[in-house]
Amino acid sequence: MDKYIKVPLTDEDAKSLKAGDYVYITGTIYTARDAAHLRMYEALDRNEPLPIEMAHNIIYYMGPSPAREGRPIGSAGPTTASRMDKYAPRLLDLGLKGMIGKGKRNDAVKNAIVRNGAVYFAAVGGAGALLSKSITASEVVAYDDLGTEAIRKLEVEDFPVIVVIDAEGNNLYETAIKEYGGD
Amino acid sequence: MKTINVSQITQNIKEMCIEANHYLTPDMDCALKNAVNTEKSPLGKQILNQLQDNLQIAGEDMIPICQDTGMAVIFMEIGQDVHFEGGSLEDAINEGVRQGYVDGFLRKSVVKDPLLRENTKDNTPAIIHYEMTTGDNVTITVAPKGFGSENMSRVFMLKPADGIEGVKNAILTAVKDAGPNACPPMVVGVGIGGTFEKCALMAKKALTRPVDQHSDIPYVKQMEEELLDKINRTGIGPGGLGGTTTALAVNISTYPTHIAGLPVAVNICCHVNRHAVRTI
Repeated sequence: MDKYIKVPLTDEDAKSLKAGDYVYITGTIYTARDAAHLRMYEALDRNEPLPIEMAHNIIYYMGPSPAREGRPIGSAGPTTASRMDKYAPRLLDLGLKGMIGKGKRNDAVKNAIVRNGAVYFAAVGGAGALLSKSITASEVVAYDDLGTEAIRKLEVEDFPVIVVIDAEGNNLYETAIKEYGGD
Repeated sequence: MKTINVSQITQNIKEMCIEANHYLTPDMDCALKNAVNTEKSPLGKQILNQLQDNLQIAGEDMIPICQDTGMAVIFMEIGQDVHFEGGSLEDAINEGVRQGYVDGFLRKSVVKDPLLRENTKDNTPAIIHYEMTTGDNVTITVAPKGFGSENMSRVFMLKPADGIEGVKNAILTAVKDAGPNACPPMVVGVGIGGTFEKCALMAKKALTRPVDQHSDIPYVKQMEEELLDKINRTGIGPGGLGGTTTALAVNISTYPTHIAGLPVAVNICCHVNRHAVRTI
């Protein structure tokens, strides 16, 4: 089912999304991948504030290629989400409502998604040129020294994703494979 | 004897890094187009269509096909009658990578030390494999390798008693474990035999063989066909979201090995199976 949502993502909207839904996201989202997650995790360990607000926001696991002149961003597809599994539950408990990436998540992340009524979306991996067309603005807001791994604030318009794990813990990767012959 | 100035190597590698990251080879292009027609899952078909749009945008607007423009893996096949002049060949290769990644707006994804993890900011050094051949030509293959799929690759040191079924199981295990992480539809490069490092290198190089060509060893060809069929019955599908197109090809290379061993390497590549080849 096709759905259109806005970020910040409300509790009601997050709960209405079901595994398998094709969703178009509009609003402000943030990028963070391995190195930025490590820094946020260390900041929390030191009881320091995070550089971005978690509540009702969406993090896109993505490190773009450089933008050519006159463009907001370069190629901008998702990276493998499981590398952020170590850090994600803590951010979800702080109110993070959505994550966009690709690939499997572990049980700790799935449980944190259910506990917090959040959503894990997949964007199509390896479609970075196409996905960049749904990003209208990009600005580094933290950890500039990390280059492609810095935290960026993105404005997105009808950014296409698919719900993989919903707030009830349904997992499209598991159900879809069975449908086409997997064991 | 042919003399080649290494600046020519730099220039070619620079262009090839940019080319490989924006255009797929005709065999890959064709395989992905065909997959749109054969895929049974509606969502899978939709994803494959998006990949078509993605390739078109990448080529027309010069946006890399994937943001992970990879670590530059370079195969240098050097004829033994070639003489290089103008400086270090290795430096010239890395300079080509540097220029390609900086001038071509490609992502710099290399860290200087695996544990200290400071970005080198120009995507060097490349991973370079040299091979001596006869004649006076140099054939360069630039194969930028993304790590979503690289991370899902495996080496299995099987026992001779595991036999062909053991090898098939190892390959299927690697593919199933990779699932959505490796950005299917994937290309599966396999090296069987040799030593620990030889099988891994064969698996990597097998990814550069056109996806519409089989091994010329009859039993290996049969294995490639059987495994492709089995992989496409796993249900993983495009993007791992279910379907009948999980792999576009299984490319297997073999090599003599030790009486005590049966090494198998599985190097998985995503649907952005990039490489550019030139002969100088």
